[in-house]
Parts: sequence; C-alpha cells; structure tokens
Amino acid sequence: MSSTTQNAPSPVPGSVGSRPRGGIAAVLSRRHIGTIAALVALLIFNFIFTPHFATMQTLSVNLTQVCVIVIVGVGMTMVIATGGIDLSVGSIMAIAGAFAPQIFQGTLFPVPNLYTGIALAIVLSITVAGFFGLFNGWLVSSFRVQPIIATLILYIAGRGIAQVWTNGDLQVFKVPEFQQIAIGRVFGVPFQVWIMLALVLIAAWALQRTVFGRQVLAVGGNEQAAWLAGIPVRRVKRRVYVISGVCSGIAGLIVIAMNSAADANLIGMGIELDVIAAVAVGGTLLSGGRATIIGTLLGALIIQLVRYTLLANGVPDAAALVVKAGLIVLAVWLQRQDRA
Amino acid sequence: MATAEPFLSMQGINKSFGNIPALIDASLEVREGEVMALIGQNGAGKSTMIKVLNGFSRKDAGTITVNGAPWAATSPEMAQRGGISTIFQEINLIPFRSVTENIYLGREIKTRLGLLDLRAMQAGARKLLAEFDIDVDVRRPLGEFSTAIQQMVAIARAVSFDARLVIMDEPTSSLDETEVGVLFETIRRLKAKRVAVVFVSHKLDELYAVCDRVTVMRDGRTVAVSTMADMTKLQLVATMLGRDLAEVRRAGATAFTEGTRTIGEELLSVQDLAVGRRVSDASLSVRRGEIVGLAGLLGAGRTETARAIYGASPHEKGSIRLEGKETDFTAPADAIKAGIGFCSEDRKHEGIIPGMSVRENLTLALLPALSRAGIVDESRQREIVLRFIKEIGIKCSSPEQKIRELSGGNQQKVLLARWLCMNPKLLILDEPTRGIDVGAKAEIQRLIRKLADDGLGVLMISSEIEEIVEGSDRVFVLRDGKMTAEFDGEAINEPAVMGAMAHGHGEVA
Repeated sequence: MSSTTQNAPSPVPGSVGSRPRGGIAAVLSRRHIGTIAALVALLIFNFIFTPHFATMQTLSVNLTQVCVIVIVGVGMTMVIATGGIDLSVGSIMAIAGAFAPQIFQGTLFPVPNLYTGIALAIVLSITVAGFFGLFNGWLVSSFRVQPIIATLILYIAGRGIAQVWTNGDLQVFKVPEFQQIAIGRVFGVPFQVWIMLALVLIAAWALQRTVFGRQVLAVGGNEQAAWLAGIPVRRVKRRVYVISGVCSGIAGLIVIAMNSAADANLIGMGIELDVIAAVAVGGTLLSGGRATIIGTLLGALIIQLVRYTLLANGVPDAAALVVKAGLIVLAVWLQRQDRA
Repeated sequence: MATAEPFLSMQGINKSFGNIPALIDASLEVREGEVMALIGQNGAGKSTMIKVLNGFSRKDAGTITVNGAPWAATSPEMAQRGGISTIFQEINLIPFRSVTENIYLGREIKTRLGLLDLRAMQAGARKLLAEFDIDVDVRRPLGEFSTAIQQMVAIARAVSFDARLVIMDEPTSSLDETEVGVLFETIRRLKAKRVAVVFVSHKLDELYAVCDRVTVMRDGRTVAVSTMADMTKLQLVATMLGRDLAEVRRAGATAFTEGTRTIGEELLSVQDLAVGRRVSDASLSVRRGEIVGLAGLLGAGRTETARAIYGASPHEKGSIRLEGKETDFTAPADAIKAGIGFCSEDRKHEGIIPGMSVRENLTLALLPALSRAGIVDESRQREIVLRFIKEIGIKCSSPEQKIRELSGGNQQKVLLARWLCMNPKLLILDEPTRGIDVGAKAEIQRLIRKLADDGLGVLMISSEIEEIVEGSDRVFVLRDGKMTAEFDGEAINEPAVMGAMAHGHGEVA
C-alpha cells in the first residue's frame, strides 16, 4: 500500500487495540476460523485414513478440480455482496470457451502467427464475456429486473448463443502453447492454480481496501442508505456483473485448455450451483452486505475435499452429493447463529 | 348527550412492545352510525389502537365491548366476521385478481359440484357495487382501476361482510381531490346505513368535512374526545402536540440557545415547488449561518420537499437555487457534490449501513475524496474518524464497532459526522432527534446550533413544536403541500406556528 511515510495519527484515548487489521491478518480475519478449522480437520482425517493423500499428485488433482469454481466464485462473491446473484456464469463460460479456439486456430479471421492468435483469443474472449456480464448488470441496474430473473435470461440464451456460434460442434484442438494456461506448471503447481490465487488475492484486497470494494458492501448492506449517501448504486451494480462475466470468461478458457476441446453443450454446465454453494459455505451472506473472497476459496476447498475424501474411501459419488447438501445446510445454520 | 350505549367501547387499554409502552390506559368509544376521527402524531398510538381492535395485536390490559358484549377477535379475519373491517392505507386486496374474486375472497359461492359459481358471484358483486354507485366491469383485474375505485371495492367488500364498523387508516393519502369526494360520499352512505366509521387522517379539513366527533391520542394515551364542532383546528393541533394554549411563553425545554447570530447571504432558495401528490406549492429559503425550521403536520409534505431539494425525488414544478444557481440534481450524489448533506428521518432504513463499522459509516460519503487511484487512504480515514468521534462525542467501544450496536443518539451523531466531514454548505435534517433519549437529544441540538453559528445553513424538519420554535432562526410552515406562513425572529412562537399549521396564514383561531 502506498501510504507508507505519513505521520501516524497521534493515539487517541479509547482507541487502543482497535486498528483496522492489515495484511494477511485482514485477509484471514476472525470469521474464517470456523471454516479453516473444518478444512484442517478434513486434512488431518485424510492424512491418517486416505492412502497416498500426502502426494503432489493428490494436491494437484484437488486444486485443479477447485480452480474453475473458485475463479467463477470470485465474481459471484462480488455480485452476491451487492445482494444479487448471477445464474449465467456457466453459459458465459461456454461462450468464451466456444469463441477462443476459433480465434487461435484462425478460422474466424486470419491471424499472423500462433502467439498473436492466442493473445487475441484470450483478450477477445474475456472481453466478450465481460460484455455479456454488462448486459446482466444493465438489466439489473437500469431496469431493476430482479437479479435471479435478469441472469436467468443469459443462463438460457447464453448457451444457445455458444451452440449456434459453433453449430453445436465439438471443437477439438491441440495447441499446447495455449493449453499452458491450464496445464503448464510453475514451481510444480499448475498454472491455473496461480491464476486462481492471483485473482483471489486481488479481489480480496480490492473488496477490503478500495472505494469500489467498500461501495459494493455498502450497496448490499443498505441500498437506500448508500444511494442517499451519494454512492453510484447503479454503476456499482453494473460493475460487479461485468467482473462476474470476466471471471466466467477466464474460467471458460481454462476448461477448454484442460480438455483440449471446446464443447458448447458442456462447458460450465451446472457450475452456478457449485459456485453459489462455495460462496455460501465460505460465509458470504446471500442477502448481501457481508462478503469474503477468501471464504469462497475455503468453501470451495472444503466441498472438494469432502467429495475427494468420500470418493477415495469408496463412497459413491451419488452419496457424496447428499453430504454436500448437508454441508450447505450446516453453513446456513452457522450464518444464522452468527447474526443472532 | 344522552344517547344509548356506544356501539364500540375500548377502555383502559394497555399495550407494550418489549419494554416500550405503546398504549397507556387508552380509550375509544364509537356510536352507531357515527364517523369518529382518530388523530395523533407519529407514535401516538393510533395504529396500535386499531391493531388491538381488529385482532392483529393482543392487548395487555383493558376491556373492549362491541354492542355491549365482550370482544375477543384474535385476527383481522375474525374481527371482520364479527362486524369490524379495516381498510388499510395500502389496500390489502389482490391486484391481479378480478374485482369479483376480491369481493368474494375467502367466502366464494360454489355450485353443487364444489366449483366456483362465477356467474352468481359476478351478479352479487355488481349489485353490491351498485349500492355505492360504482359501475365497473367486475371481471377486470382490480389493479387496473384507480386507487379510489380499489378503495371503494375494499369498502364494499367490508360492508358485504355486514360490517357495523369500518376503520379507515389514512384512506385519502393517495387520492386526488375528486376521488376524495367520492370517498366522502361513500362514508355518508355508510352513515345512512347506521354503519360506524373510524377515520384516521392528518388532513384537518377532511376531518371537519366528514367526521362527527374526534378522539385525540398522544404518547399512547387518549387525551381528548370532543364533537368536531366544539373544537377549533388550533385546539386540535395544540392537543395533538401536547401544548397548552395558555402557556404562551416558553420555559426552555430544548438545548437550543441564542447563539451569536451572524446570518449571511442567501444559500438556498426554493420557489413554487411541486412534488408528486404531496407538495403543490412550497417556497422557502435558507441563508448561511441560520437554522430554518420547516414545520407542518404529518403528511403536509415536509419530507417530500426536503427530498426534492436533495435530488432524491424529482419535482414537477418550481425552481431550486443553490447560491443563486438553478440546480439540476438527478440523484443525491449531485447534491452532495454541490455541498448539501441530508439526514433522513428513517435512520434505520435510509441512514445507517447496519453491518458496517462506525468508521465506514462515518466516511461513506467521503470515501472517494479519501482515496488515491481508488485505494482508500486508511490512515487519513482513521484520523478523520477519530477526530469526529472525539469532537462530537460519539460513544463507541472503537471505530471498528458495528454501528447497529450503538444507541440511536450515537448513530445519529455518526450520520451527522458523515456530512460534517464533507464540509457542507447546507445540511438538511429530517427529524434529527426522533427516537433519541433526552441527554443525547440536548447534545445534538447544541451541536446543530454550533454548526449554524460556524456558518453552516441548516434546514430542520421537526414534529416537535418546541424544537422548531426554540431552535429556528426562521420558520416556514407547510400545510397540505402549500407553504402557508413564514416567521422570523421574535415572531416565532408556539401559538403562531401552531395556528399556521392548523389554518394557514392570516386566519385567526
């Protein structure tokens, strides 16, 4: 942060020990303790009972499983923080995923070389995703359409657009240079994990420290009061949906890079519910006003780890779904305790 | 007046919500075929009284008799079957269903097969509405008709339940003049059928137009019952506000003191303002360094005027000038940029962000100015917050305490500080001391005085007459959406202001 050498304000009586927490302490604030405890308990259980758990292989598998959900979850957390919801994330992923291969393969328009093509594919696909997010935000902010209805429109139409765009065909490609964004490794960790971590840290910091972040929470906390205090409520709402669209676009690219194929029918199918579950388990209030990006990361990790634990110990996937539902019930119950 | 037993008698009613008493030994009597006005300020207990009667709330103590028999409705529906219907301010019918369905809601006519007999119901609905001279297509959805017609349908529905008493809670607040006429005609028809009416309204002229008697409530008690003819408007207002007409000189009940008055040039000038249904012709002005009081009864259009000045609602007519320049605010953000601050009367819903800290609530509006490249400068933020906590004495455990945990008075101080840290030119305060305990109230009043002495222009709305009279350098009085009087300096006294609230200017009690 930039304000390094300003004279510290002279201490005022009664202010002892009440500094706003900074750095990592702020990011991992007290309210994450329960979530972290659950995560640690799961890890300990697995170290003891699950064979081959403490391997790089297991870590990679689990992290890559969770990456896409967390990346979409970053945008979703912002949207939910304003009291909204975004059901269209999966469809926007499909749009970005269907669009990108046509660019780097040069089928849409000629590209001078592969690397320019890849750069264009990434930038243009994410931009397009952002514009679809803007459409959501426009409906919500300018026409006061309820978020669940406004984003339902693209939930339905978005996948249709992606399918029409590709004629419903599966696009298979082998472009390792592009696929690095998902499967390349840096210090032994898949590149997509680094992308996820970067997005999480930037978003968590922005929510805490920037004017925009605080305005997001103010709008979710009391929209009328925020408006009367001069906060540009409509602009704030528009932006969170754009952010959600951009995050979905990034996630869509990672999915096709992992699969080395783009199938508009399947990319991001049903992901919105997994993401909302992660956000809720992480401790973000679904009615808005209180949000935690780190919580969303932890929530997604817990859900994934529970699923992995059950699978690795021979419990079928169908049963794992029931446990997942139980987790969500538990999270909602915990939130209610907290509010009382 | 030696008439028979009253139709309705409520005696010694007590009701508390938590520790806060809403009704204390309150009473209400209504005779058959009588139109009884029920009036009082916000929080006087009118609504609670109605809720206790129609079974929405349970009384803690007291007796209610209807037609001489004890009354024990435990729900509005049960009250309706017992002959007492309530027409709420917001009509509680279903706008998407037809007029017929609404009239027969909950007691539909069925054929032998158990199906709805639409034909019979439509005929019944037509016949019922004809009694009130209403001719509408009963098959159309209720929501397609005007508010007045919807209200008539609600009343017709009530009467069809064989209502002996109809309670109308501010029925005219969303009606225009001709619609009010239709409603009054309906009330007279009810009267002719020997149906009793309890009529809640803040518009004094209406009371004199349709009511026979009046019951005045204040602070949960019934303070006066009289025939309309025996009470002047001024007496009504004085009783409602709890001021003795004989007590002309004030005793100094508030913490406003005569400050060093250095009133500067004109800051705000409002001419011939019209806002929605509530404000038709309001003009006022505020100069630097002065507190201007805006007085009026509930529903007179005070808040609507303030919100229009602040850009929170559009105005249809008139001009608003700030420092001589016509304003064109489309949102509060524009007004804030121009140097105006506004504290809403509804702290909880329009003021605080409950889940956020004192620090964040205090700097909510200042945030953009506190940041560089969109990043909040937290050390400066903290400095400002601590300064204001100390300067205006906000009692909180730390700046990080959640604002919802503070008392009402301290919440209000944070909201005042939210504007003070912006260095505004004009501060609009809507009921700045409502719901605040006596000590904090005096502190806030002193603070407002000090701010004005330092050169700030203050426009203060208050329902407390002594706050207006003692706190203001000038007073404007709104009555039914029109500015009716202006008082300056020595001319500001309670009888004069109350007179203007009751009659408008010039008229004498």
